[in-house]
Amino acid sequence: MNAVHSTQQPVAHAASELLLEVSALNAWYGAAQVLYELNLNVRRGEVVALMGRNGAGKSTTFKALMGMLARRQGGIRFMGQEISTLAPFERARRGLGFVPEDRRVFTHLTVTENLEVGRQSDRHWPDGSEALNWTPQQLFEFFPNLGAMQDRPGGQMSGGEQQMLTVARTLMGNPFLILLDEPSEGVAPVIVEQMAQMILALKAKGASILLSEQNLHFAGLVSDRAYVLEKGLVRYEGSMAELAANEAVRKAYLTM
Amino acid sequence: MDFSALLSQLLNGLAEASSLFLVAAGLSLIFGVTRIVNFAHGSFYMLGLYIAYSIVEHLMGSMGAAGFWLGLALAAISVGLIGAVVEIVLLRRIYKAPELFQLLATFALVLVINDAVLGYWGAEELLGRRAPGLSGSIDILGRQFPSYNFFLIAIGPVILGLVWLLLVRTRWGVLVRAATQDREMLGALGVNQAWLFTSVFALGAMLAGLGGAVQLPREPASLSLDLRTIGEAFVIVVVGGMGSLPGAYVAALLIAEIKALCIGLGSTTLFGIPVSFSKLTLVIEFLVMAVVLVLRPWGLMGKPQATSRNSAPVEAPLRPGSTHFKWLMGALLLALAVLPLLSTWLPYASVLTQDVLVTVLFAVSLHFIMGPGGMHSFGHAAYFGLGAYGAAILFKVLTMPMPLAFAFAPLVAGLGALVFGWFCVRLSGVYLAMLTLAFSQIVWSVVFQWEDVTGGSNGITGIWPSAWLDGTRYYYLTLVLVVSSLFLVRRILFAPFGYSLRAARDSALRADAIGIDVKRVQWLAFIIAGLFAGLAGTLYIFSKGSISPDAMAVGKSVDGLVMVLLGGIQNLLGPVVGASVFSVLQDSIMRATDYWRAVFGGVILLLVLVFPQGIAGFFQQLAEAWRHWRARAAVKAAALPRTLEKQA
Repeated sequence: MNAVHSTQQPVAHAASELLLEVSALNAWYGAAQVLYELNLNVRRGEVVALMGRNGAGKSTTFKALMGMLARRQGGIRFMGQEISTLAPFERARRGLGFVPEDRRVFTHLTVTENLEVGRQSDRHWPDGSEALNWTPQQLFEFFPNLGAMQDRPGGQMSGGEQQMLTVARTLMGNPFLILLDEPSEGVAPVIVEQMAQMILALKAKGASILLSEQNLHFAGLVSDRAYVLEKGLVRYEGSMAELAANEAVRKAYLTM
Repeated sequence: MDFSALLSQLLNGLAEASSLFLVAAGLSLIFGVTRIVNFAHGSFYMLGLYIAYSIVEHLMGSMGAAGFWLGLALAAISVGLIGAVVEIVLLRRIYKAPELFQLLATFALVLVINDAVLGYWGAEELLGRRAPGLSGSIDILGRQFPSYNFFLIAIGPVILGLVWLLLVRTRWGVLVRAATQDREMLGALGVNQAWLFTSVFALGAMLAGLGGAVQLPREPASLSLDLRTIGEAFVIVVVGGMGSLPGAYVAALLIAEIKALCIGLGSTTLFGIPVSFSKLTLVIEFLVMAVVLVLRPWGLMGKPQATSRNSAPVEAPLRPGSTHFKWLMGALLLALAVLPLLSTWLPYASVLTQDVLVTVLFAVSLHFIMGPGGMHSFGHAAYFGLGAYGAAILFKVLTMPMPLAFAFAPLVAGLGALVFGWFCVRLSGVYLAMLTLAFSQIVWSVVFQWEDVTGGSNGITGIWPSAWLDGTRYYYLTLVLVVSSLFLVRRILFAPFGYSLRAARDSALRADAIGIDVKRVQWLAFIIAGLFAGLAGTLYIFSKGSISPDAMAVGKSVDGLVMVLLGGIQNLLGPVVGASVFSVLQDSIMRATDYWRAVFGGVILLLVLVFPQGIAGFFQQLAEAWRHWRARAAVKAAALPRTLEKQA
């Protein structure tokens, strides 16, 4: 395993400031421990992939970051402040935006109403510059097919449309960092392609993203760095290019 | 009945529906967002009426007509504020507790509020002022119809419209609707649920308070309104569909109109048989509910319920008791057996113990379907009552010899459970609980109204055991029957049938898939529980000599729930401990103060907040922690020499 600081990301934000800093994170489901001493960090402007097979602990990591697991332990610093004791809603208000893998669209609410639920006020970076802030209008331009169905109930949308809606809903909170759980899972290949385009477009706008992913190809398209999880442990970390070149790691922890 | 009489009854029904809708709408809103079935909602209604009485009395002196309307509004707002306080102080702490504990807590509130009202306003019924300007009546086809009723008829739809606008047009409404579907996701999106829950609870309480306040000129404020109203509101919410406001309105209309029709029809002859429809009113709403639930299990306009995300924790498997525990039980049994011999010193002990034993059997039978069966019965008193009344009727009316009546009476309860259970096992969760409540209310109403046989509210007296079973012998009969019933229940739970039952509770789908006929197993469990509850009722009546409908009212069912939860639902000993503590507490508090309900409610609240696993569960947890600690100490002790070796 590479040392934490040995691999510098090529395209990080100029400030290169640490946005998220996770140290020794442990988590349990009931009595069973599912995450072990997890360390990871995300810098401003980076897209980082959390990789691993089903059950490796990717979604659990996200839930632990959001405070949605009953039993967890370890440090989570977000924008320089410890957030590990905060309630999920307080973390969201600090600018941590979560897109769950099972979408969890509000099926009885329209597209516009779903966005309204996610709305938070505009944000500014500590240096005073404006963060990536969104209005429903901008989101409808960014996701044109959502714009075409503003009054449709969430329950009457296709899986891909729902996936877009959950991302848009989280963007309404103007997050500093987006936690994107398995964006390519369970949607048609053409949607996977759109998701990749979307992530790249967000990155171009300066968004910072931590995404979980099983698909090496997808992660390779969009991410700068990767962490590879297996059975709740970080087995590897490095740049996307290094991971692509390291067949041993790929065979051991990623491919079937 | 002529047309004008029918019309006036139908209009009456509409006026009646409005208040019921207001209460049901509040209940439904609160359930939708917080997933708490608020037992205290009837109490908010009652509070609305009492507070309106006082404020209007006060304001009309100084302000005249305006004081009346302002008084109604202020009463509703006050109840809303009380609701907010209740949410912040109590409910907020128990959102993550199992469903049943929440119910128990809100029921404790019912007790506390009832005694608070008794303390402040007294036991007398209070009739409020007439509405200024609406105190007269209007002539409709030659009949006088109170003009205030038109105000009532209007207020239901108006409030429905306003709440609807609030839900559809405001951000608050959007968040409320989102919360009814997925609270956790709402939190992850940065919404602070705490204030959302508080505001929903306050609004719901305010609606109930308004429902009570507007009844001021029509209905005297009385202390029995809380349980009566909550019963009706439950029926409306369940018939309309949990969480659906239009459904609540439709159901309120439907039930109020059917009741009005029954009153209007009065006593008539159908196919040559005299039928008294007006006497049906007590039963009819529960009949409607039973029919609706069987045809549409989630109500007229409701949607099938998603399982809640934080229900009870997974239950640990039952474990046979340890040797120590068996010795302890043996000693306890011995103590109970010699108790009557000590009557010179403890004259009251064996009488109290006999009551406790009967109560224990009742609680164990309830625990049997609630715990291992996973079916939450809110109407278990019905089977207790069927056993007791069965014995009384067999003995008194059919003049059976006492031993025969004694033997057959539990079967009467079993038969009741057989019929009701068939319907109940088709439902689950809140709906099942409500259906059991409905059935027990039907049984109660029949007993209450069938005066020729049951003696109505006076009940039946003079039911004593045969001479050879009197006094101390009856104590031993009770002891033997209760203890052997407990052993039998335990045996059943550790038999293949018990395994099937627990499998069906833990996962109905998987149990089905391995060949267990889930519905049949649950039905059988329902009948077994009914039989044991019936035996408890039978034992009860022959020890007391008389019975009245009170002994099988809603309160009795709730007592049972309190005992089971008090003791801890995950523990076989739970209902035994719970029932014993409950009986002794009730006995001592009731003799000490007139406000025993408030004290009792306070104790329940404290227990719910401090011991969310129940008393027996709490001690089990302590024991486990102790075992765990000892095991760790042993490991450490074993590891110590080795570390020393290493250092050496």
